[in-house]
Amino acid sequence: MSTLTSSDPARTPAAEEAVTTRRAPAKDKRSFVDGTLNVFSHGFLLVWGLLTVLPLLWAVLSAFKSDNEILTDPWGLPGKLRWDNFTRAWTHGHIGQYFVNTGIVLVGSLTLTMLLGATAAYALARYQFWGNRIVYFAFVGGMMFPVVLAFVPLFFVVRDAGMLDTLPGLMLVYTAYSLPFTVFFLTAFFRTLPTAVSEAALIDGCGPFRLFFRVMLPMAKPGLISVGIFNFLAHWNQYLLPVVLLKDENKYVLAQGLAALAVSEGYRGDYSRLFAGLTLAMLPVLVVYAVFQRQIQAGLTAGQMK
Amino acid sequence: MKHGKWPLLATFLLPPLALYAYFVLSPYAQTFVISTTDWHGLSRNYNVVGLDNFKKLWNDEHVWNALLHNLWLLLLLPVVTILIGLFLATMLNVGGRSGRITGVRGSSFYKLVYFSPQMLSVAVIGVLWTEVYNPRSGLLNAALRAIGLDGLAQIWLGDPDVALWAIVAVMVWANVGFYVVLFGAAMQSVPKDIYEAAALDGASRFATMFKITVPLLWDTIQVAWVYLAIIAMDSFALVQIMTRGGPSFSTDVIGERVYDVSFGDSQFGYGSAIGVVMFFLTLSITVVALQLTRRERIELS
Repeated sequence: MSTLTSSDPARTPAAEEAVTTRRAPAKDKRSFVDGTLNVFSHGFLLVWGLLTVLPLLWAVLSAFKSDNEILTDPWGLPGKLRWDNFTRAWTHGHIGQYFVNTGIVLVGSLTLTMLLGATAAYALARYQFWGNRIVYFAFVGGMMFPVVLAFVPLFFVVRDAGMLDTLPGLMLVYTAYSLPFTVFFLTAFFRTLPTAVSEAALIDGCGPFRLFFRVMLPMAKPGLISVGIFNFLAHWNQYLLPVVLLKDENKYVLAQGLAALAVSEGYRGDYSRLFAGLTLAMLPVLVVYAVFQRQIQAGLTAGQMK
Repeated sequence: MKHGKWPLLATFLLPPLALYAYFVLSPYAQTFVISTTDWHGLSRNYNVVGLDNFKKLWNDEHVWNALLHNLWLLLLLPVVTILIGLFLATMLNVGGRSGRITGVRGSSFYKLVYFSPQMLSVAVIGVLWTEVYNPRSGLLNAALRAIGLDGLAQIWLGDPDVALWAIVAVMVWANVGFYVVLFGAAMQSVPKDIYEAAALDGASRFATMFKITVPLLWDTIQVAWVYLAIIAMDSFALVQIMTRGGPSFSTDVIGERVYDVSFGDSQFGYGSAIGVVMFFLTLSITVVALQLTRRERIELS
């Protein structure tokens, strides 16, 4: 308790008074105050937890309900588990088709993004040449622009390339729009790798391409995983680009298809199918997230810490 | 290195650069050109009209209306999200105070839950919350009625006075978890003895938060601010899914204007001009935010 008597110039008299009065009636009062505060803080944590979980849980439960149950008793539990809602969403709601389309696009776009992003970042991080800074800032500057700004010309650029309404077209566009962040992140990462290893490899007669694929790429694995997770989620969840570039309903990706389903439910009133589709769209990522939460949280926040 | 570096540079840089230039740089550049034309998109013919689109924009009440909504988002979203994020992160990481400075029990579970909306696409979030706000069958009105607050039940997205705030709430809901984790990571790097010293000196939690946590985390908060400001300017996907700017333009934002004017009315020249204005606004807001929040860095250790 000696701290009480030590004077602190920064502390205001009022605060001092508050401290003394709070400190004076010995220890049990204080732990009582802390006890209530702990209940409070747990209360707040719990409230926000419920706010986050309840809407998600509600959507999953509603997916098992009948339309009548959904409309008349929003808080009630489903009378029985109606799995056929999911069947209808998967087939008639075309969610199955959208899943396949998203998967196809993702395989191509993620592979391309990682390959092109890593090679560009490596060249920019490890080689001195005229124009290095210009190229770097051309890439990184892309992060500054809102995507909406490119929509109109992008539509015509993709149309002129004959890739409107095609999944390969979408792959290329996803890749191009992911390059700024990927190059930014991986350039920083490649710079941190020790030069001694690559020098040793070069002296041992390792060619520059071999050096990259056999030595540098494995060393950059943690960075590649982080940015890979980031891009995976960005491509899986992408909504605006497909809305502009895909008009053919058979080519829709998941996010876009779900939004379209929601619009059409407004007319048809098939709510259970909509909730089933919603559940199908969100559960896979949430399950993957529950398993890899540490890596995913680190991967997504890493980009912000720069 | 000998002349051998050029083959590698060419193979490594040219393909990504070509792709990037074709799909990203060229569209962005074209937008600026198109914004000075009256192009309607049907043919290749257009007239250069100079700055006419920008003059028209100055007198377009819908543009001002949308900008005002962006301004509200810009004020509310960062402040509310950062405050809730800081508060929850403090509770999770230095909230436990029984003798030692620790996180509360179950903090990793809370983090798991809070962060989960980050996994969901804007489409899932938009569709989900449109249903939550559904006046007849939605979760929210049902909850209010269940606890006897029937009077507070609203038509939410259908009410021009409420719809924008309902959308802001969804954006806060979706983003808080990210900043809880981000601030939490930053708090972990603050030496524990600083908090212990504050606790010994009898500093209240409130004082600890604003006198210790906020100054020490200022760099991270600044980044969060800029990032949320960009989200607030770019908040168009959610609006597009939930309300399409309605009812009667009450949730219209500048991105929605660009989209509607361009693809709805086929006024590509005018739409691009709005987009260009939006770009310069975002850019200047970022610069201003970085300047305003600049402070001397506090060195730990």
